[in-house]
Parts: sequence; C-alpha cells; structure tokens
Amino acid sequence: MTRPRFGSWLAIVLGAIYFIVPLIGTFEFSLRMRRGVYSFDAYAVVFGDPRFQATFLYSTFLAIITIILGTVLIVPTAYWIQLRLPKLRPVVEFITLLPLVIPAIVIVFGYLHLYNSSSFLPLTASSRTTDLLLAFSYVTLAMPYMYRAVDTGLRAIDVRSLTEAAQSLGAGWGRILFRVIFPNVRVAVLSGAFLTFAIVIGEFTMASLLDRPAFGPYLQLMGANRAYEPSALAIIAFAVTWACMGLIQLFGRGARTARR
Amino acid sequence: MRSLELENVEKAFGASFAVQRFDLAVERGEFISFLGPSGCGKTTTLRMVAGFELPTTGQIRIDGRDVTNLRPNQRNIGMVFQSYALFPNMTVADNVAFGLKVAKRPPHEVDSRVAEMLKVIKLPQHATRYPYQLSGGQQQRVALARALAIKPKLLLLDEPLSALDAKIRVSLREEIRSLQRSLGITTIYVTHDQEEALSMSDRIVVMNEGRVEQIGAPFDIYNYPRTRFVASFVGTLNILRGRVVDAASGRISIDDQPIVAARGMGGLQNGEVRSVALRPEAIVINGSNGANRMQGTIEEVSFLGSVIRIRVRFRDNVISLDAFNNPNASPPERGAGVTVSFTPEDVLVLEGAEAA
Repeated sequence: MTRPRFGSWLAIVLGAIYFIVPLIGTFEFSLRMRRGVYSFDAYAVVFGDPRFQATFLYSTFLAIITIILGTVLIVPTAYWIQLRLPKLRPVVEFITLLPLVIPAIVIVFGYLHLYNSSSFLPLTASSRTTDLLLAFSYVTLAMPYMYRAVDTGLRAIDVRSLTEAAQSLGAGWGRILFRVIFPNVRVAVLSGAFLTFAIVIGEFTMASLLDRPAFGPYLQLMGANRAYEPSALAIIAFAVTWACMGLIQLFGRGARTARR
Repeated sequence: MRSLELENVEKAFGASFAVQRFDLAVERGEFISFLGPSGCGKTTTLRMVAGFELPTTGQIRIDGRDVTNLRPNQRNIGMVFQSYALFPNMTVADNVAFGLKVAKRPPHEVDSRVAEMLKVIKLPQHATRYPYQLSGGQQQRVALARALAIKPKLLLLDEPLSALDAKIRVSLREEIRSLQRSLGITTIYVTHDQEEALSMSDRIVVMNEGRVEQIGAPFDIYNYPRTRFVASFVGTLNILRGRVVDAASGRISIDDQPIVAARGMGGLQNGEVRSVALRPEAIVINGSNGANRMQGTIEEVSFLGSVIRIRVRFRDNVISLDAFNNPNASPPERGAGVTVSFTPEDVLVLEGAEAA
C-alpha cells in the first residue's frame, strides 16, 4: 500500500514542479523591473500602455462576437442533429474536429486566397470586413469545443419529448429553441463560451496574418522587444484563462446542485 | 358529433408497416384506450393523431376537419408523455402557463387558468416549485394540467403511468378518469397494461403487429374476445384446440370429449380445427355448472391464500382455474382425476382457423 501511494505522490510533485516552477519563475522575473527590489512596475507599464488596452478590448469584443456567432450556429445545428438527423452525428463530429487537425496557418491562407481584395467576396478589402472574417475564423477555431460542450448539454435533456411537448402546446420552432432548448443548455453554452473566450484572447496566427490589432500579436510584439513586460503579460494571460476555467467550474457546479 | 376519425390510416417505415388499415371513430367525450404489446403500433397511431408522424396513407379528422397534414402546433391537442416532459427551466406555474402564453392569452386570464388547473390537480401550493423538486406522480399531474390548460379538443396520453410505482398508478388513473369525465374531453390513452385499459376506458382498441384485433367496450373485450390474440392478451383465458363436430348444433370435440358452444359457430365447417377460450372463473371443479363436463387429471395445485389455482390436463389441452380456499376442506391432490364443468354460453369460439 505504501509504495503505490508514494509513487502517486511523486508523480503529483513532479507534475506540479513541471507546471508551477516556470510560472513562479516568470512571475518572479516580472517583479524585477526595478533594480534590487520586487515591484509591480512591469504590470503598471503594461496596464498603462494604451496598446494593451486597445488590443485587449479589441480581442474581448471579437471574443463576444465569436461566442454569439458560434452559439447561433452550433446550438440549432446540434439540436437538429439530435432531434432529426442522428445518423449524421458522426459526420458533423468529424467536421467539427477538423480545426484541431488543420493548422490555423493553413486555414488563414485559405481565407486569404478566397476572400482577398480581388476575389468575388473581397472580405479583406476593408478593416471592418476583415474583422468579420477574423470573427468567422475564430468561430471555426472554437467549434470543436463549442460543439462538444453543447452536444453534451443536449444529451443530458430529453430533447425529443421537450420539443414535442412544446409543439403540442402550440409553440413554433423559434419559441422552442429560445424558451425551451437554450435555457436548458445554458450551462453547456457558457462552458463553450468561456473556452472560446480563452482561445480568442490568446490567438496569434489568424490575427497576425489578417493584420488586425488583437491581443495575441501584441503579446508577440512585446515579447520580441521588451524584457520584463512580456512576463507580466504572460501572467495576466494566465489569470484570464484561469478565471474562465473557474467560471466554467462555478456554473457547472451551480447547475448540478440545482438539478439535484 | 364525431370528435376524432381515423380512416384507413397506415404508416410504413421503409418496407415494414407499423400501422395497417386503422379505422376508428371516436364520439365526443369518449375515453378510448389503445392496448397492445410493445411494437404493436399503438404509440405510432397516437403520434399520427398528434401530428408527430405523417401517415403513409389515410385521413385523420378532428371535429370533422381534415388534419392529416397539419403541423402538431396547429392541431390544438393536449399531450401527456411517459417521461412527463416538463420544461426543467420553468416552475410548475410557468409550465402550466406555457401553452396559454403561446396562444397570447391576456396575463390575467393566464393567471386565473393556471390557478384553476393547479387546484384541479390538487397542487396549488407547488406553483413556484421546479419539476425536479416534485415526485414522479406530482410531475405527471402537472403535465396533465399543462396539457388541459389550453382547453384542447383532444387529450392524448402516451403510457403516462408506466414510470410510476404501483400504488400511485392506481390512484392517478382514477384521478385521470374522473377529471376526464368532469371535463368531458375526448381522450386517447395508450397502454400495455390491460388492467388500466379495462378499468378506465369506454372502449378499447386491442392492437397487434400494426393491426386492430378488436374494438369494443371493456366488458365485451374481456368476456367475448374475437381473436386468439385478444383472448391471450386480455385477462387469463384458457385457450384450447377444438374440432368442430357439428356446426349447426354447436358441438365441438376437445381431446375427444364432446362439448357444446352456444355462440360463435356461424360460418364454421364440420371438421375444422378452432381455438376455443374459457374464462377461469367460468369453470367449476367437481360440481354441476351447466351442460359441459370434461374429465381430466390435476397436474398442478398452487396455494395463493384466498384462492387456489388448479391446472387440469385433459390429453393435449390444459386449463387453469381458480377455486376459493375452503379451510374445512384440504386442497385437491396432484394426479387425482377430476370433472370440470361449464355452460355452453361460456365457450368462446375464436376467429381464425388453426392448423389441424
């Protein structure tokens, strides 16, 4: 009994060291901007940098657009697959997995080829339409996570009976989706939304190649030109991701206790 | 006026028929049960009435209006599901109010109708609770209130009591029946439980393999089953193989012992082999109970408390009968010879020839 327990503790300690030591190192380094003492100067510089605020706000805005587009696209799709086309489920699952297999750089080159300023649909001709294209590309990137989260949520409720009950009471598709299905997969949609947010905030390839002022390219720019600020930014980015994970946990647990 | 009519309705899934040549006319306020084993097409028929399935052929009319191709939300039908199907994100009151809000009734009317329905199902104090805070029986009562709140033309119930335990099942079926009577609403009730169907219905439609076997009042279905399937599915009838000796006088031979049937001999040929049914309560052991007497051997005796179940073998045929327990007389012995008797009126000759 003693040896397996020792072994598992050893694995946990090694894993923790692997993950935590670089983080502590980064955090410690980010505090060393002022010579000889620990200070939050690097954070002050980062938060005071107007480009930080602008890029973070831009990425947050795009994340919200992505979440809305993704939800509107994926919830009805997953719902319809579950209700009427269960045989298509493997096909749709395969399609939603593609963004994990195809590198972002390949996707973005495809976009540039299809939607460049001399194409039939010149989305890259203006910055507004490029923003839209960037949001679409984020929807694609977040699709594997969003689809799985929503599909799991839908499987937890009796979609068919709820739909038929609402139909027999006179409800049309819009009301069924927004009054019956959406509220019951709210927690799943939120999980998918936070994952999407975390992905969009840190994404570099798409934003950089489409030349949009997002947070990812800003992180890269700082990393290439500054010493302490990149460490502070890395810690901030971690904090944002963890906050998203924490919120998923919080809402997930809230739903479980409510059901009980 | 006819509340619901199904005319030559059929439903095929690919090459196989789930429902075949279904004809039914339901009077206003009638309580009809679809009874049969699983896969017999009863739920598919109900779903066609509700609009969730489209018939392959045939016509469905509600109050004389053809609804065959209408969507479910255009039919004004109340439906209760086996799985309750209450909306988990809404309170009891919101669930009941759902259909009224869809119909855009004014708020004061919605509130008073919800209060009225909750009173009818005896759950007015649970209005603000969520479905997961209710027991199965309470959830099903809410589902019933939700279906009735919209004052539907038809109430459809798809095995609504199957998920509940036995005691609640009995009390709830009495509640459903009395509610249905007081509201006078035409009701279709799908069940595989013959006791439920017999105790609740005005008429029963017995179904098997997508076909209607018999339509009739519970009394007729139980006492005068027309087919072998109905006889074996409804109640615990004894089914024997008999050879018609003289169709004109109703004489039949069972294991070479002659008996007489008082009805059901029309159109039979002498020498034909038919299924003959006998209700256990019609058979008397070692007594004189009518003209038919048969000699047999006691094969099994089961003591069930107030009742003793006795199995008697003739030659190839076996019957089961119940006798009341008499504390002053010991139960009959296995292997003993015995005479059973029954009247010619109790002999039911079933439709459909048997292989000789």
